[in-house]
Amino acid sequence: MSMREKQLNNDLFQPAVISMEASEKITEESTSFWQDARRRLFENKGSVAGLIIIAVILLFAFLGPVLSQYGFDDQDVSRANLPPRIPVLEKVGFLGIDGVDIRGVNQYEMKNQKDNYYWFGTDALGRDQFVRVWKGTQISLYIAFLAAAIDMVIGVAYGAISGYRGGRTDNIMQRIIEIVIGIPNLIVIILFILILEPGILSITISLVITGWTTMARIVRGQILKLKNQEFVMASQTLGANSSRILTKHMFPNILGSIIITSMFTIPNAIFFEAFLSFIGLGIAPPTASLGSLVNEGFKSLQIYPHLVLYPAVIISLIMISFNLLGDGLRDALDPKMRK
Amino acid sequence: MKNILELNNVNVSFHTFAGEVKAVRGVSLHLEKGESLAIVGESGSGKSVTSKTIMRLLPEKTSEIKEGEILFEGRDLTKLSNREMEKIRGSEISMIFQDPMTSLNPTMTVGKQIMEGLRKHQNLSKNEAKERAINLLKLVGIPNPEIRIGEYPHQFSGGMRQRVVIAIALACNPKVLIADEPTTALDVTIQAQILDLMRDLQQKTGTAIILITHDLGVVANLSQRVAVMYGGTIVETGTTDEVFYNPKHPYTWGLLSSMPKLNTNDKELLAIPGTPPNLLNPPKGCPFAARCPYAMQVCVDHMPDASDVTSTHKAACWLLDERAPKVEPPEAALVGGAR
Amino acid sequence: MVRFVLKRMLYMLITLFIITSFTFFLMKLLPGSPFNNEEKLTDAQKFILNEKYGLNDPVPVQYFNYMGNLLKGDMGVSFQYDNRPVSTMIAERIGPSAVLGIEATIFGTIIGLILGIVAALRHNTAADYVSSLFAVLGISIPSFVFAGLLQYYVGVKLDWLPVALWDGPKYHVLPALSLSVFVIATVARFMRTEMLEVLGQDYITTAKSKGLSKLVVIYKHSVRNALIPVVTILGPLAINLITGTLIIEKIFAVPGLGYQFVGSITLNDYPVIMATTIFYSVCFIVVILIVDILYGIIDPRIRVAGGKG
Repeated sequence: MSMREKQLNNDLFQPAVISMEASEKITEESTSFWQDARRRLFENKGSVAGLIIIAVILLFAFLGPVLSQYGFDDQDVSRANLPPRIPVLEKVGFLGIDGVDIRGVNQYEMKNQKDNYYWFGTDALGRDQFVRVWKGTQISLYIAFLAAAIDMVIGVAYGAISGYRGGRTDNIMQRIIEIVIGIPNLIVIILFILILEPGILSITISLVITGWTTMARIVRGQILKLKNQEFVMASQTLGANSSRILTKHMFPNILGSIIITSMFTIPNAIFFEAFLSFIGLGIAPPTASLGSLVNEGFKSLQIYPHLVLYPAVIISLIMISFNLLGDGLRDALDPKMRK
Repeated sequence: MKNILELNNVNVSFHTFAGEVKAVRGVSLHLEKGESLAIVGESGSGKSVTSKTIMRLLPEKTSEIKEGEILFEGRDLTKLSNREMEKIRGSEISMIFQDPMTSLNPTMTVGKQIMEGLRKHQNLSKNEAKERAINLLKLVGIPNPEIRIGEYPHQFSGGMRQRVVIAIALACNPKVLIADEPTTALDVTIQAQILDLMRDLQQKTGTAIILITHDLGVVANLSQRVAVMYGGTIVETGTTDEVFYNPKHPYTWGLLSSMPKLNTNDKELLAIPGTPPNLLNPPKGCPFAARCPYAMQVCVDHMPDASDVTSTHKAACWLLDERAPKVEPPEAALVGGAR
Repeated sequence: MVRFVLKRMLYMLITLFIITSFTFFLMKLLPGSPFNNEEKLTDAQKFILNEKYGLNDPVPVQYFNYMGNLLKGDMGVSFQYDNRPVSTMIAERIGPSAVLGIEATIFGTIIGLILGIVAALRHNTAADYVSSLFAVLGISIPSFVFAGLLQYYVGVKLDWLPVALWDGPKYHVLPALSLSVFVIATVARFMRTEMLEVLGQDYITTAKSKGLSKLVVIYKHSVRNALIPVVTILGPLAINLITGTLIIEKIFAVPGLGYQFVGSITLNDYPVIMATTIFYSVCFIVVILIVDILYGIIDPRIRVAGGKG
């Protein structure tokens, strides 16, 4: 007999009651879908970074102009074209924010502005670029959020009706969408801006005119898919009416897709607003958006690069953050798409 | 040498975020030339992992053969380089997968998919390979092979696709054929046809077959020997007759009892209560202890060794120990009695 | 297949008709006539000019005249550039834009495919993260920012390549590169997802179990299947290239169609705006049609099913 055999005494060979519960105990706490999604979202480094950057930019966009002593359209040619200069950080040479321009001249000394600090410098009319950039951010974000919200309302309503009613209604509504999609959005946007006169509202309207189709198609697709699923049929056989099925069974299931789609609408809208400003169809001065600031800055890129730099960096950061957040949300809300 | 394939104390683990999953724990098996061995067990018992381990098809990054050797004609497959393994795969050992709907490349003609392996392993010219592919399709019972060779998988029915998969596997006259649940995804009537085909082909070609299945009906049809797997270990092995008519392990009893029989008066289908053990943290003792109606204290803490019932029949159960109470298998498990 | 193509063509014609009509009436809604800015003109002179261009006719008459002329390939004459026919103006400018677009597409697709394939094969490794990060940056950073950076650093500071204009191969590099960034990023992202999807399929295991080498499995079974859906992003890419050329040509002063279009917007040169709009729409719609047909041809699942039906 081996050592192991000896250790086993006869008592061990009595029938024992082994609780089955032990093996079937659920070891993890049950989590709801949204709790689970939130956990996955916060595990994603990219989306957390995106979220933080968006929060910081929002904070600056609203506090920046308020805290500054200058208005966004205060002109003073005596302080024109000053390079950026920030207290304390100006001592750190390599950052290049010490008020010295690209030719090595300290413009603040030249123009008797020694006691003043313009964090992002000033433009050709002596307007404080810091205030203008954050004011521009406000406007860009405002347009983007507004466009996303209107897209969502129209798109969800259209998609839900088309998908849920089905049949003839769906057929006609889909033909309409097919034609609208066939028209390049860029063209429609440019034509509408030409008619409506540049401005915040007209830019938003032009963005929405083609933008809602994406949302409508996604919502319709989801509704069609859900309509044939057993839990919806089960609810129908139990006598639930259409509005109950739509609100209780379908809407919670498509909410994820709606959020994800909106999240990608925002950077798209910001890009198109900037694009319109860039080809001269954007916000009219003295109001500024990030796009119009970049466009203005390009004119003097070789002499005053700081005028392009700050709005360009911020618009890029906003776009990156929203794309990262959108990716993160897609992974978190739609585990099937997760790779 | 009688054994063409021999597994000695093979241990396979997966590295997951939750920890190490010990999917296969100390499996020893042997396969003789031209014989047919069935590995039976429920989902998660480690049978598919065992088969993929032999083929070295497990994901390289997340899985690991921790211990043991796999001898194919005396060579240890676990020690071969990838290049050497490629020469064995498809020519010496080949494999049939569960779902014929997904295991064929949808964008490649059936003929090309058969010819690929032939051209690689046997250096056939295009025309020779084509001729051989047509013969193979004829062999597996596909009508009009000259035409069908140029068609794509979606033009074949499920049963016909599985025949194509079998033709691919047999292309190079392998010495061992591993069939991983070859009939599970098929209709019942088609299942019988495929099984007939496989038995037929085995007699014609003399290929040794390892049949992985959870369906005992399939086993009785096709195999000379059976190994029953549970919780990553082999709990009982023997000739098909021994395991069916004189089962020794309570899990085998459970499996046999849960088989539907046409000619008994039982009103209900017997199930084995409980769920298989969690292999992330496998039990110290017998993996079946928690679900076993005959469990003893010893089962909880000590893993039973395989005891010989006959020279070909082994079971790993403490009930076979002389100190254990004598237990008779339940009536429902007696296949012979039911006849 | 033939029925499918004919149906698509019919749709294309309907869409085109709607776009042209839509454009025409929108242009009619525009405030003021093109000559309002010309202060030296008297009202009488303006009337004569309007008469000459047919702008005094009732709108429906103008519409039928315009559509009729359009069918003959006559897009009217420019209000600003000495009555030059718009069709000639477009024909003259299309060259640089087309060259730029093709260069960016070819370069961007090749690099994008390589990045996407490498990222998927090295899933969850540093190579994957770097390629994914690059893709996010490429999709996010607006093309004018990227073009500006290139122009400033490579053109002005380092003085390696010409800052602007269009005068030989050296002048193509910066604009084509700026335009291709978005293509690279989009293709890389899409290809990565498709590759990961394909690599998880059962038929890849089948291919491996045949003993095929890693390279053959990747090339013959994975990449080929992953490439098929990539065709579908050509449509969105085409629209982006058009948008892109407007920006890039303006920044690098490339004498292409986009530069002219942006100029005509500032000058209120309605016939040029209209004609260019319609031209862009035609390009876009044709690309979409080609993509649809191409997809049917390269995917045997659609090709064969369509052939029987």
